[in-house]
Amino acid sequence: MTTQATTPRDSPAAPPALPPARGPLSENVLAALAGSGSRLPAADAVRRSDPYGDDLQLLLYVLYELHYRGFAGVDERLEWDPALLGVRAAAEDVFLDALRREAGPGGKNVAEAVVDLQLEPVGDDGRSVSHHLRREGELWQLREYAAVRSLYHLKEADPHLWVVPRLRGRAKAGMVAVEFDEFGAGRAENVHAQLFADLMADLGLDARYGRYLDAAPAQALAVVNMMSLFGLHRRLRGALVGHFATVEITSSPGSRRLAEALRRLGAGPAAQRFYDEHVEADAVHEQVVRHEVIGGLLEDEPGLAADVVLGIEATGHLEDLLADHLLGAWRVGRSALRTPLTP
Amino acid sequence: MVVNREGPILVEGPVEVVGDDGTTTRSDRFVVAICTCRRSRAYPWCDTSHRRRKPAESHPDDGRQPEESEEEPRP
Repeated sequence: MTTQATTPRDSPAAPPALPPARGPLSENVLAALAGSGSRLPAADAVRRSDPYGDDLQLLLYVLYELHYRGFAGVDERLEWDPALLGVRAAAEDVFLDALRREAGPGGKNVAEAVVDLQLEPVGDDGRSVSHHLRREGELWQLREYAAVRSLYHLKEADPHLWVVPRLRGRAKAGMVAVEFDEFGAGRAENVHAQLFADLMADLGLDARYGRYLDAAPAQALAVVNMMSLFGLHRRLRGALVGHFATVEITSSPGSRRLAEALRRLGAGPAAQRFYDEHVEADAVHEQVVRHEVIGGLLEDEPGLAADVVLGIEATGHLEDLLADHLLGAWRVGRSALRTPLTP
Repeated sequence: MVVNREGPILVEGPVEVVGDDGTTTRSDRFVVAICTCRRSRAYPWCDTSHRRRKPAESHPDDGRQPEESEEEPRP
């Protein structure tokens, strides 16, 4: 028996369908979620898997999703199922070890890492999706970009809220002020996730939550899984703050380029509004995050400095891997999605 | 109000800014960042155009030249 409330399937509040598996590990977990299997992956099989591969990333994604909106037909009690949490912990170790190994602090302190985030390249370094889309992106690439980003933007700011009870004083007040803005400052029509759904509709995409999970490449799942990982573990609160700072500091100039791309390609007003709002909002948010959230956290807990840098560097690392994947496919005229969009 | 040498002026919102031409621009945000470098394309609000810029590195196997600065000259 499931404990799921009855929500009409076409309601915007309806949970998405479970995606198809991408390998043996995700297959076992998906069967357990669907109630059609009870064999979970062994811990050593999880440990041997590719940390950024499709199988492990999908396994993590579906287990994390139980903490957000869940899936249609999946028993809501499985969110806290000890056996599934055990599988998730083994997968998190693989993922976090890779992030620490490949994106560890590397000798930078917080001030240096934050200054680097604020340096804007004068031109396109060939590795920036927003520069590419602004300059020469085609409409089909912009639509693929929106579909890939919808995994995060339809739950925009949600994973960051989990850090709030772990903060105090200036860090807490600053974090909540920025989140209040992300959630529309009391107006449902201004919730950033809603602005993104409006953008998707403008681009002729299906704005239902979770609709493009199956189409999204592993690199896109990894970006969202990192937020869930940092958000759900109190011990990673420093990394969550570093990650959040990276998003807020780099968003404003990137959003300006994307707004220009949308204007050039003739997208509708809602599509442009999403990025225009982010240019202006995130110019404010970055100030609050740098001075109040990072400043306040490190005043309280200076020992978290290395984790703040980890959050900054890990975000940059996974965004680079995603950008390489998207641009690599687009430059040879290929879809960057696992299943191309219908026009 | 917070004044910072290298960035915008931060003012608690809501804020109304009256421009040289007498037009009023309003923001209801909890804090508003007002541009002081005059390079913002969202003037009077900050759009982070004050940031220092670094030369683009060309991508190792890309072979393309970095594009020219996207910034337009300011009057």
